[in-house]
Amino acid sequence: MQKTLNNKAWFMVLPVLLIVALNAVVPLMTVVNYSVQDTFGNNVFFFEGTRWFSEVMASERFHGALMRQLFFTGTILAIEIPLGVAIALAMPRSGFWASVCLVLMALPLLIPWNVVGAMWNIYALPDIGLLGFGLNWLGIPYDFTQQPVSAWFTVILMDVWHWTSLVVLLAYAGLQSIDDNYYRAAQIDGASRWAVFRYIQLPKMKHVLTIAVLLRFMDSFMIYTEPFVLTGGGPGNTTTVLSIDLVKAALGEFNLGVASAMSIIYFLMTLLVCWLFYTITMQGEQK
Amino acid sequence: MTRLRWLVPTLYIVFLMLPIYWLLNMSFKTTNEILGGFSWFPADFTVDSYVEILTDPTWYSGYINSIIYVGLNTVISVSFALPAAYAFSRYRFLGDKHLFFWLLTNRMAPPAVFALPFLQLYSSLGLFDTHIAVALAHCLFNIPLAVWILEGFMSGVPKEIDETAYLDGYSFPRFFTKIFMPLIGSGIGVTAFFCFMFSWVEMLLAKSLTAVDAKPIAAVMTRTASTSGYELGLLAAAGVLTIIPGAIVIYFVRNYIAKGFAMGRV
Repeated sequence: MQKTLNNKAWFMVLPVLLIVALNAVVPLMTVVNYSVQDTFGNNVFFFEGTRWFSEVMASERFHGALMRQLFFTGTILAIEIPLGVAIALAMPRSGFWASVCLVLMALPLLIPWNVVGAMWNIYALPDIGLLGFGLNWLGIPYDFTQQPVSAWFTVILMDVWHWTSLVVLLAYAGLQSIDDNYYRAAQIDGASRWAVFRYIQLPKMKHVLTIAVLLRFMDSFMIYTEPFVLTGGGPGNTTTVLSIDLVKAALGEFNLGVASAMSIIYFLMTLLVCWLFYTITMQGEQK
Repeated sequence: MTRLRWLVPTLYIVFLMLPIYWLLNMSFKTTNEILGGFSWFPADFTVDSYVEILTDPTWYSGYINSIIYVGLNTVISVSFALPAAYAFSRYRFLGDKHLFFWLLTNRMAPPAVFALPFLQLYSSLGLFDTHIAVALAHCLFNIPLAVWILEGFMSGVPKEIDETAYLDGYSFPRFFTKIFMPLIGSGIGVTAFFCFMFSWVEMLLAKSLTAVDAKPIAAVMTRTASTSGYELGLLAAAGVLTIIPGAIVIYFVRNYIAKGFAMGRV
């Protein structure tokens, strides 16, 4: 659409700008302040320059949390995206059953995140939870509070349970936008199921799938509540991802300088991804 | 192969429902039965946990608080985002692209980064432990989202409609409320749904900005888990009750969800 140049449009954006600025700029500046200062209490602060930053960048702890975060995000993306697409392809295209599927699948998305954690905790308890009891009954040793592998398995399964539906809904919406004529033409040409997917459905879903991948990347990168409630970052610190480590440093150890420097590094990483995301989406629209 | 296609979504839904079933199962058991061992069904069926939650003000006020700030947030987000989305979809102005990008970056800001500064900000404003503080804090990610979705819907409405209305002598506010808003009605519905959803599920900020008067249900649940031993039945019943508002909302917007995702480019 051709847009007219009108600088008065700023007045329509202003309320949004003010309310988001209050929420974003003030807290961000607080974090920046802490990240370059040190305190011995009594609200007396000393300028420390980049000390916290170099400390964080060199610390084993930060590297560990970052690696665990990347492992977590990579794994859930590798599972959720193909699974979501496969389910969307198999769903009925319209009618009563399509509605039933959508309603039931959207349900996990609307459960408060700490309830998701608590629910999976109950579900996975090795003695009385269905999942934990079931796995042990099958002869697989399983206890997510003691064994790192079990803890990781549970955290990842929980995320797949929680968020695959988002990918399904997006992919399904993309599939709905395909005109029936494409399928008819493919049928006349005698195209195989794979060809239909590769040359009709996949290109049509490309845009929504980009959004799905990036949304899941960013949301999983800032995940906190669910794994915190489920495992508390344990056993030990085996499931301590970035956000959990950050809150531990800030509120648990009251290490404000380190926590703030971590926040900023963390925020810059999400910002970089966000910029990539924005550029890709905008390019897609120009075509 | 096509005959077995229904199996895929069915298996997936079973996978989704099992943990919810387990939560329901636990919520109808007595604490003794829960700790006694594994069982598929509650042998000693009881609704005591629900009765306790619905009669104890420290419990049910948590639900009321959550619903109040979620409602406030939805209203604020949608009404602030409407004019802004219109500006973004219709006009070019100084720094518009940068502004839009900056708004989106806030959707990606990890709440864990902001929890402590938010606490200090809202304490210094004298808003600590009020519903409006949580509603405003949730605007951080809901307003950018609302602008984003609404802009998508508005760009789908041809510009000629605006121009014709102005030629017919409509003023901007009248055109906007009488003609434009009904046209993007389903878009507003979808936006409200997403604002409701993200405000309802977010707990880290809601918890750190409240103490007593505006405490969300999540914080009440944590307290139960930590202080009064391990009352799993009560915890499960509270969890089941937090699923219900979401289920009701989904039922009403079921036909718009997929459409909203596609049109709004969420």
